[in-house]
Amino acid sequence: MSDVVIASGKGGTGKTTLSTNLATLLAEEDPVVLVDLDVEEPNSGLFINGTEIAREIKYKMIPRWESDACTLCGLCQQVCNFHSIIKLGKEIMVFPQLCHSCFACSELCPTNCLPMVPMRMGQTTHFKLGNLVFVESRLDIGQEQAVPLIAQTKECVKKKYSSIGFKIYDAPPGTSCPVIEAAKDADFIILVTEPTPFGLNDLRLAVETMRELSKPIGIVINRHGIGNDEVDAYCAVENIPVLARLPNDRRAAQLYSRGERIYTQLPEFKKELEKVALHIRSLSEGGRQ
Amino acid sequence: MKEIVVISGKGGTGKTSITASFSILGTKDLVAVDCDVDAADMHILLKPDLGESQDFYSGEVASIDQTKCIACDKCAKVCRFNAIDREGVRYSVNTLNCEGCGYCARVCPVGAITNISQKVGVWYMSNTRGGFSMVHAKLGIGADNSGKLVAHVKNQAKALARRQGKKYVLVDGSPGIGCPVVSSLSGANYVVLVTEPTVSGIHDLKRVYELVKNFKIHAGCIVNKADINPEITEQIIVYLRAEGIDLLARLPYEENFTKAMVAGQTIVEFDNGMLKKNLTDTWQRVCRIVDEQQGES
Repeated sequence: MSDVVIASGKGGTGKTTLSTNLATLLAEEDPVVLVDLDVEEPNSGLFINGTEIAREIKYKMIPRWESDACTLCGLCQQVCNFHSIIKLGKEIMVFPQLCHSCFACSELCPTNCLPMVPMRMGQTTHFKLGNLVFVESRLDIGQEQAVPLIAQTKECVKKKYSSIGFKIYDAPPGTSCPVIEAAKDADFIILVTEPTPFGLNDLRLAVETMRELSKPIGIVINRHGIGNDEVDAYCAVENIPVLARLPNDRRAAQLYSRGERIYTQLPEFKKELEKVALHIRSLSEGGRQ
Repeated sequence: MKEIVVISGKGGTGKTSITASFSILGTKDLVAVDCDVDAADMHILLKPDLGESQDFYSGEVASIDQTKCIACDKCAKVCRFNAIDREGVRYSVNTLNCEGCGYCARVCPVGAITNISQKVGVWYMSNTRGGFSMVHAKLGIGADNSGKLVAHVKNQAKALARRQGKKYVLVDGSPGIGCPVVSSLSGANYVVLVTEPTVSGIHDLKRVYELVKNFKIHAGCIVNKADINPEITEQIIVYLRAEGIDLLARLPYEENFTKAMVAGQTIVEFDNGMLKKNLTDTWQRVCRIVDEQQGES
């Protein structure tokens, strides 16, 4: 069993390229689940043309004010650390976008006037393509919190696909709460970067974040050959393995632009991708022993 | 004073390189802000002196005083975030899981739990070689509340622009459609969308523009790397027309974006050809559109 999370500090470095190509390559031999956790801008599905097998609406719980027995004591406003419930004159107003679903206002209300009710935040769709199961979660526009949807998606995948050995998660970019939620239960993290000053700056932040989580990491350098050698130098100094160097190639950019698989058409790319696949297989075997 | 926000939905489209170029072109008229606090990169091109800095606190994390805890389990029962760890009778807080809602502290019968305010980052008010001020921030590792930090740096920049009598606040926005980008957009007078003609570029452009529409902000779009896929570039242009978004520029796929970055320069300092001319025209056009708008930020 191995849960591999593919992340990056900087956006647009090739997380989705690596996730989709790697998952399909692994699926040529073994069952694989690919999960798109970049719920704000899910892109993996543009590269995987599977058949839809299931779809679920995802909800988060928010309080709903029932005025009948309310004494307007204001305790709900006092206990909410997120300012998502306020007393305004003779009314209690709820701001669902700010609510973290902690249930404090609801359960501490002395007159039970704030029952928790589900509110739609997005949806999760499951697809199948040969050996590959692809799960995509998509946050509704206007929803501000990605974390609850990421958490629910992980839970759903864990339950539904426990028998599948390889799980690849395409994480959101950055270093803040959505990435932590996506990465905190991983067995191994792959950080994708590009060999440029922006790539290196954001890679450093991503490495610090994953070290904070005490996760083993490997680096994949995308668009290798553009920019400079400082990412390689940094990885050597920090003693982080570089798993592969995907070549900088205009043809790869063009294939990506059309939503096509790259490794099936660019042998140089495939050769590097196979190194990543090999590493993941070795992790998985290590885990079984 | 008007606020111009540059966003992209998708990462890696050239947003920061373009924003930094605009700031050099508009130097005497603006204050620049990096609101991509998760992965702030604009300082690499603008190399600000790290001027005035301040810590930013937001949100809380629970902490259990072992000497007071009676292991009654009430905190663990109410916590919805699986943030109370138990080892026999020793209770502690898993700070990664804790959302800082404070529910546990309210139900603890012996007052053993306190909420500690979290330092989520540092923000700076700096000067750049262009002679303009820049407000930027560094988010702490794994920190929550990046939306609040975004709102904070933006407010600081607006106040500074007013004090300095500048015409524009130029914002390098955050990616995605969640709380940081909502904070980036709120109060904006004009949005510049930077996209690329890829299946994901157009997909993310449409999603983030749905959000921009909720704010009723007028927008323009730069199609970067336009020649990588002429067919999708055409699809983007049709979409822009249908939505009433200004087509600001079509830029070619250019390794000078990367070369300028390696040289620690903006594109308009590094490149003297078409790219510089294109970006200069685009910036002047954005200024004209914004200047003609009614109302202040």
